[in-house]
Amino acid sequence: MSLLAVRDLTKRYRRGGKTIAAVDGVSFAIEPGETLALAGPSGSGKSTIARLVLRLIEPDAGSVQFEGDDFLALSGTALRSKRARLQMVFQDPLSAFNPRATVARALDDPLRIHAIASSAERPARIAALLERVGLAADLAPRAIHEISGGQRQRVAIARAIATNPSLIVLDEAVSALDVSVRGQILELLLDLQARERIAYLFISHDLGVVRAIAHRLVLLDTGRIAESGDARAVIDAPQSAIGKALVAAAPRLNRIRP
Amino acid sequence: MSALAEIRDLSVRYISDGGEVSALKRISLDVVAGERLAIIGESGSGKSTLALAIAGLLPGSATIEGRIGWQFQASRSFPPPSVLPDISPTRGEIGSVAAGSPSARSAIGEAGNDSLISPLVGEMSGRTEGGAVERRLSGASPIPGRDIGFVFQDPSASLDPVMTVDKQIAEVARTHLGLDWPQAYARAKHLLGRVRLPDPQAAMHAFPHQLSGGQKQRVAIAAAIAAGPKLLIADEATSALDTIVQAEIVSLIRQLVAEDGMTLLFISHDIALAAELAERLAVFRHGGLVEIGATEQIVTAPRQPYTRALLDAHLGLDAAPLLRQAPA
Amino acid sequence: MSPLSRLLRRPEAVAGAIILALLFAMALFASLLFPGDPQAIAGPALLPPFQDWSLPLGTDRLGRDVLAEVFHGARTSLAVGLAAAAASLLIGAVVGTLAGFAGGLVDEVLMRTTDAFQTVPSFLLALAFVSIVGPSLGIVVAAIALGAWTGPARVARAEVLSIRERDYVAGARVIGMHPLAIAFREVLPNALPPVLALSSVIVAAAILTEAALSFLGLGDPNRVTWGGMIAEGRTVLRTAPFLSIVPGIALVLTVLGVYLAGEGVVETTAVRRSLS
Repeated sequence: MSLLAVRDLTKRYRRGGKTIAAVDGVSFAIEPGETLALAGPSGSGKSTIARLVLRLIEPDAGSVQFEGDDFLALSGTALRSKRARLQMVFQDPLSAFNPRATVARALDDPLRIHAIASSAERPARIAALLERVGLAADLAPRAIHEISGGQRQRVAIARAIATNPSLIVLDEAVSALDVSVRGQILELLLDLQARERIAYLFISHDLGVVRAIAHRLVLLDTGRIAESGDARAVIDAPQSAIGKALVAAAPRLNRIRP
Repeated sequence: MSALAEIRDLSVRYISDGGEVSALKRISLDVVAGERLAIIGESGSGKSTLALAIAGLLPGSATIEGRIGWQFQASRSFPPPSVLPDISPTRGEIGSVAAGSPSARSAIGEAGNDSLISPLVGEMSGRTEGGAVERRLSGASPIPGRDIGFVFQDPSASLDPVMTVDKQIAEVARTHLGLDWPQAYARAKHLLGRVRLPDPQAAMHAFPHQLSGGQKQRVAIAAAIAAGPKLLIADEATSALDTIVQAEIVSLIRQLVAEDGMTLLFISHDIALAAELAERLAVFRHGGLVEIGATEQIVTAPRQPYTRALLDAHLGLDAAPLLRQAPA
Repeated sequence: MSPLSRLLRRPEAVAGAIILALLFAMALFASLLFPGDPQAIAGPALLPPFQDWSLPLGTDRLGRDVLAEVFHGARTSLAVGLAAAAASLLIGAVVGTLAGFAGGLVDEVLMRTTDAFQTVPSFLLALAFVSIVGPSLGIVVAAIALGAWTGPARVARAEVLSIRERDYVAGARVIGMHPLAIAFREVLPNALPPVLALSSVIVAAAILTEAALSFLGLGDPNRVTWGGMIAEGRTVLRTAPFLSIVPGIALVLTVLGVYLAGEGVVETTAVRRSLS
């Protein structure tokens, strides 16, 4: 059984009297410990799918099975406790945290809400979480806005793994980072996946990053799946029009390098 | 090849809550007339500060030292250069030398061509006294909008949300070229065609929010080139766009720069993208210039380890994947 | 640079702060400097100011010490102004946060209620409330707050509507935080600065409303109020104008001081927000 199975997911928006399907009958599945990338141009619906899967917005049609449960049928306390297993990392690590938060508070919230550790144990848990994402424990009392962008994204990952999730949605999670930091964060994600068999739904517009980290790829165009398959196979020989256009548009150094 | 802008020992500091932050440290480089120069750097490298300094758009709270010497081959009727005597006792030797140079250059220019070319040398230098910035102009500095076109990263923020796009472009043309409104609107229409908006007729009377991100950036480019600037600065102009639109905008910029004989300063964090567009690359880090050279030299034989690290960090479609094994 | 030193660089804010400090000192030391009942008879009636230095501002129609009354009146004005402003900011922030965050029917009901309160002039509302329930300090505070919470509620709602779309609110939902915890822990604290910016205007308006209620005889009869002093002085306005002028000046300075100091604080914090 798949970890996450999405069937015929549809979300429509009404804009100026017209109804537009942002996501139109999309189906895919993610296996435990796997990275599935959703890629496509802006407006292809990839971020909307992320928000639908996380139930930050509600779909108009379709089903989402997560760990065997009908995820769309959950509500209230049942939904909130299930959320521990399905986490998210946002694109901009600065806006993903309460502007008043410290590192410690950002990590304390999930531990407290899901009663993972008592208040006496939590400081030690927070220190351990920071260590797992390659940060020093003495970062805990610092304010989120004081630390660097790369450190912030590591804290965001620590917050996501605090509740031992089986799936993390990474919505353009490395797009806003400097290239040198981006490589380190990708390494961290791969390392966590290898050690803890966390699956990733990796949303990105950058095929270079997708090719480096994803097992499988779903290419989207205007809310529909254009093509899908093994990530490297799709990128190296795209069949769909949007796949060909995305590959052709990606800047590459080897046009200059001999 | 003559320098359009000679940047010498340019330092910029910002005053922030904790104290002074040095954004640029004694940068010297030439922007060659007619070239496509890319400034590459990560966040905090000072690349955007350099763009703003060159365009004269730094906030008043910034402390500016050093100078930018301009040499415009004027194609329109500029006011004659007026060289003000330098009476400042605190100006260093560099300033004094610079103050003497415009007349020398003028002489050369006049010898070359009496009437058609009126060479202008502008100079901007600033220093602080009690936090205030004093900006002195000797000769003629370029006017932002007329002599320098600037394209920002976020077109939603740089376009006026309550003004139709043709009016925004026409306003630039009217302000800097002295056209009347009908002429300015005609120029706006022409420019919207040149930036290849899908439906220029419909787009003319559109408001920015009715356009997509890529279309807005095309409008912003049209406004930037409306007054026929000599220098076009694109500061992360494609970073907010997806890959396909980014490639389209880069090819549009390349075409416009070639057609109008503009000099291009392309600011980017993406070394591969910059390398595809620019003839020369300047790599910045922590407010300093790491290295500058021809694109091919920088990409194939970088002299500095940092440049090599940047090149290696690029995840192209041909890079070795980080992922080692398939899921169990 | 610390916020305090930035505040002190604005002359109007400094002037406001000095006036406010004097006012607080008057309120604090009123019972020390003028022990006993300020409404007790202290000397001959209608003594003009600057005649007898034991009664520097003279006496009123009944021979009460005007200076003592002004000092004790400062207590009432400040207490009512601050309490009413705090109450209306609290009500407004909670109503606005709930309306903005919950949306839908809750938003509709709360905002139409806000509309209803806003369409009635707030002074009439206070007047009606006090004349029905009866005058006492707590009732006067409640009556003023009744008409003043709508402004903060609207500002808070507008701010919450923009904040609830931010990533960190989505992030709080993803980690399974309870909606009420999100509203009051994540959203409200970040929506407060523009709401608090209203406080100087609300405090000033509350002080004026209290004075107006007292002037009309609807203040707490057991307390000295500047509004009540002006009302009393009105009957002898031709012969002893100082009885109305002295509390009038106190009122004007107080409102001015609150407003200037409040604006200064708002301006300096606004600068800090735009810098960060």
